[in-house]
Amino acid sequence: MTNGGDALIRSLELEGVEIMFGLPGGAILPVYDPIITSSIRHVLVRHEQGAGHMAQGYAHATGKPGVAIVTSGPAATNMVTPLLDAYMDSVPMVCITGQVAYSAIGTDAFQEADTTGITMSATKHNFLVSDAADIPQTIHEAFHIATTGRPGPVLVDLPKNIVNPADPSSHFEWVEPTAPDLPGYNPTVEPDLDLIREAAAMISAAKRPVLYAGGGILKARGADALRELAELVGIPVVTTLMARGALPDSHELNLGMPGMHGNYTAVMSMQEADLLVALGSRFDDRVTGKLDGFAPDAKIIHVDIDPAELGKVRRADIGIQADVRLAMEALISAIGSTNQADRSAWRSHLSGYQEKFPLVYEDSAPGDALKPQFVLERLRDGSPEDTIVTSGVGQHQMWASQHWNFEHPYTWINSGGLGTMGFSIPAAIGAKAGMPDRTVWAVDGDGCFQMTAQELVTASMERIPIKVALLNNGYLGMVKQWQEMFYDERYSEVYLSPDLPDYKMWAEAMGCHAIRVESPEEVDAAIAEANEVNDRPVVVEFRTDPREKVFPMVAAGATNSELMVDPSQTDKLPGGGH
Amino acid sequence: MSDRFHTVVCKVENKAGVLARVAGLFARRGFNIESLAVAPTDDDAFSRITFVVDVESAPLEQVVKQLDKLINVVDIRQLDPTTAIQREFMMITVDVAPDDRQPVFDLAEEYVAEVLDTGANDMMISLSDTPARVDEFEERLRPFGISQIQRTGTVGMAKLQP
Ligand SMILES: Cc1ncc(C[n+]2csc(CCOP(=O)(O)OP(=O)(O)O)c2C)c(N)n1
Ligand SMILES: [Mg+2]
Repeated sequence: MTNGGDALIRSLELEGVEIMFGLPGGAILPVYDPIITSSIRHVLVRHEQGAGHMAQGYAHATGKPGVAIVTSGPAATNMVTPLLDAYMDSVPMVCITGQVAYSAIGTDAFQEADTTGITMSATKHNFLVSDAADIPQTIHEAFHIATTGRPGPVLVDLPKNIVNPADPSSHFEWVEPTAPDLPGYNPTVEPDLDLIREAAAMISAAKRPVLYAGGGILKARGADALRELAELVGIPVVTTLMARGALPDSHELNLGMPGMHGNYTAVMSMQEADLLVALGSRFDDRVTGKLDGFAPDAKIIHVDIDPAELGKVRRADIGIQADVRLAMEALISAIGSTNQADRSAWRSHLSGYQEKFPLVYEDSAPGDALKPQFVLERLRDGSPEDTIVTSGVGQHQMWASQHWNFEHPYTWINSGGLGTMGFSIPAAIGAKAGMPDRTVWAVDGDGCFQMTAQELVTASMERIPIKVALLNNGYLGMVKQWQEMFYDERYSEVYLSPDLPDYKMWAEAMGCHAIRVESPEEVDAAIAEANEVNDRPVVVEFRTDPREKVFPMVAAGATNSELMVDPSQTDKLPGGGH
Repeated sequence: MSDRFHTVVCKVENKAGVLARVAGLFARRGFNIESLAVAPTDDDAFSRITFVVDVESAPLEQVVKQLDKLINVVDIRQLDPTTAIQREFMMITVDVAPDDRQPVFDLAEEYVAEVLDTGANDMMISLSDTPARVDEFEERLRPFGISQIQRTGTVGMAKLQP
């Protein structure tokens, strides 16, 4: 005889779970008792949103599903943001929520929330378990759904009575889970070889092709295949915000990030392409700009494991539903030694762009405020090459993506689809917990920091020594940038103050080693000091220039061809610039 | 029915909450469900949901793909009206005094409708036919005065191979 609570923990152990992030409360209480003796490490968070983002960071860094466990009602609603974040960015995670007793559901019981109803559109799937005996099978199916096909978050809602050993309805005879019984779920992973042959021919004949690499490549563990494919055909690659690191930034075929804040060459390569090979990417509006003007001459080959992505935004000339790694491997063998069109003109055209429009920023004049881009470049050069970087959402995120050199897959973790401020610190904790031997830097903004900083207490207590580079510009900088550019410099509710709170004191109060940096000369020493500390979290507060804006930029509603470059490069634009 | 009406048939797992998941995907996009019919199939582990939605084809195609992604949706098809047989059932009560009933009986005979009940001042009639014929029958009864009406929503199946 077992009970639902014990069975849940045993089921999680059977799935190979090593760590979970959570916070207990009434409805989930019985489940917390067997945690004491479980082999699974539990990280006690300070806010449930943190548990969710930690599970995401862990999942992205390790490739294993992240697990979060929280109680009912307000805890479950606190989990909604990370669930949706994971759903948008296809992150495999399983979230366990407590629920009021089955008989009390629908009665407005204390801490009752319609969790499966609320999270229906924020999860790949969710379960409300009514019978304790269903727990082992449901947990097995939850992990199966989360980790196969297009990965995503799955929530399992457990009424208290079925996990509470004091309640007879929690008792049952343990039965090992069997193969998932999900008649409506059979993700196709193998590509159709006829389509692969057609695609191979189209690629081989293209004169101005671009491989448009998306986050799906990382989800499919397809970085090696991407590199092999790109090198085989000699086609330049753009790596989206979700795919940074899928091909080393130092690789000669890597043009870098496309999109709203992409670099000139990456954006223009897509605009001028005659063929885009979309690999696990989804034509997000942040990549395409105004759709009517996006890549007007390009034919499209679109590979995605999710059939609903094919043709969702842009009609594909060849749409291939498959695991993108398997599809790339099939393309590699189908192309083999097929003659490739002469693309030397195309490549030299693009390297012309690279020379003319590199990422630039104006160095600070002596005595002037610190430039955030400079900080990130120094941080990049002063940290190990395989450092894992997480980021919040805002200007600092774009600068981090632009100025870091991602040489390895799974070294860049951010909130791409949902754009969740506050993501970086908990995501970094999750990543560091999963990859304890790696240096993990959270690049954060002052606005973001104030949303989830309390998880640094978690990091201190649990001895998960992450490092935070806080780019304190005293503003909700990205919003300020838009108000400056598109609202006549009318700044509405974007000023935060660089001094309030005192970030150094706050970080110290949370058990961190804290350093404040105000001038360029202090930057390197501070980074070296931070990289030396490994017994607790570090926060380096960089006071950065609030006037700095992110360029290049495609304004909302504009086409990518209207990309605005750094003011110092405007005169080099064809026609003198926009 | 106009071109904007499409009939979608899905086979789903017969589990709590499945209808909400399906309906939720339509609601999210602001698509109005014109009619809806749900019942178990011959295998009671599965149900069939038939809905008629008022929407352009292109966005519908996207929703159908999204529906197909739902874990509990086993199979989904759009019924092509030219190759499908569709039926709807209606029960209707008209206000007619006993002396004025002959025309209603005639109409019922013309449509092969069934008179289910007669009251002191009203009659209850049922009809199972194509949605268009059901519409038409309803319109022709309207002058007599309709006091109650219930329609089941369309169900359909693909035509058999000749
Ligand atoms: C939870 C949440 N609320 C609001 C926003 C809108 N938003 C996007 S960027 C940004 C400013 C972020 O400020 P900060 O963290 O200081 O970063 P900065 O842009 O200054 O680098 C805001 C408010 C968001 N993305 N997420
Ligand atoms: Mg800021």
